Amino acid sequence: MKLRDKRCDIAAAVGRIKDGDTVMIGGFGVPGTPFTLIQALVQQDARNLTVIKNDANEPGMGVDHLLRSGQVARLITTHLGLNSHAIGLMNSGAIDVEFNPQGILAERIRAGGSGLGGVLSDIGIGTELAEGKQVVKMQGTTYLVEPALRADVALIHADRADTFGNLTYAATAQNFSPLMAMAAACVIVEAETVVLPGEIAANAVQTAGVFVDHVTQLENLSEEYAVVRR
Amino acid sequence: MSDARTRMIARAAREIAPGMVVNLGIGMPTQVVNHLAADYPVCLHTENGMTGVGPVLPPEQADRNLIDAGGAYVSTVAGSAFFDSATSFAMVRSGRLDLTMLGAFEVAANGDLANWKIPGKFSPGVGGGVELAQKARRVVVLTTHLDRAGRSKLKAKCALPITAQACVARIFTDMAVIDVTPDGFALVEVAQGVSPAEICAATDAPLTIPQSPLPSF
Repeated sequence: MKLRDKRCDIAAAVGRIKDGDTVMIGGFGVPGTPFTLIQALVQQDARNLTVIKNDANEPGMGVDHLLRSGQVARLITTHLGLNSHAIGLMNSGAIDVEFNPQGILAERIRAGGSGLGGVLSDIGIGTELAEGKQVVKMQGTTYLVEPALRADVALIHADRADTFGNLTYAATAQNFSPLMAMAAACVIVEAETVVLPGEIAANAVQTAGVFVDHVTQLENLSEEYAVVRR
Repeated sequence: MSDARTRMIARAAREIAPGMVVNLGIGMPTQVVNHLAADYPVCLHTENGMTGVGPVLPPEQADRNLIDAGGAYVSTVAGSAFFDSATSFAMVRSGRLDLTMLGAFEVAANGDLANWKIPGKFSPGVGGGVELAQKARRVVVLTTHLDRAGRSKLKAKCALPITAQACVARIFTDMAVIDVTPDGFALVEVAQGVSPAEICAATDAPLTIPQSPLPSF
């Protein structure tokens, strides 16, 4: 038996994103952010997007390019502390921002990728983060209902991919990527190295290829991927 | 940094018992690690998906894929592990963190913590702070006793939106070590050269002062 080859041109893969789509973008700060796919989305110019990402990178980097091009209507995130430009857009009302506790965002995405409707959690009870959320009591404990999140497209950066889409991640570049890679109708991967099936040992696979739709090889790594000197 | 602040951070480092799993929050808590011996038995956790966090590296030695939750380029130690964000917070919510050290805007006498939002001025998002504050087995705060305007950060009740209810066990400030007890704030240690009366005056809530002599740091 032979596994399908999912290699694809970046512009063709990102060209599938439509106006109004919800797009999950992996990464926590620089590690794991798919800078090349984001640049392709800027070129492609789909608008009125809902972006789900842990953070908004830093001014002039990654997701900030999508904010500057006016493509993002809504941002579901956990923390914008390193991007004063994003905070300015939020404060002026130019974008709608929904903050989630970081592990709750992860769980909502995990639930979305696992065929579940959501999760029950007591995180944030007694704070303004609980306002407006459905409450349930179970086994004597009060929980908030945290609805699952899914997306039309997920943009993922992998260290290595095989042509079927089995993925590995480097160090802390893993973060939200394996979760998002399960939670979107179309999963597009940029990989630093693309190899033939079998070259990534089955035991080493961190995202199974069945979750992945398109694999693209990064020709080179732009300056955005490098160590940030602050 | 002031001498009193450095001694506060050094004193807080002694809160870490051998073998603990610890998360150090952004800001002054991050510096606690500088006061631990290089071979001290502790496992540091960072929210973005790592246990066994090693020392911060200069840019020329940094690995572009290896940061802590504050964005510092860190290193591995023998036995480090990487995992995804769901696993990272599974550790937090299920009680695997023995201790977290956090910064604060305000701490209330019942242990309420406010450290994520100043309405109209500062609202970068809550990040992982709620889960750390609500679920670490022990939560301690490192903060200056007064804010930049000279107002006490230790209050009868928080005025700012809280991060988590009744979560703080102990507060390390540049003036004192103070415990949160069922009866409110209780003075435990004093900074060198600071009197209990000065600490009372700088605390915007009742403060229990024990009869016995207080250690200093």
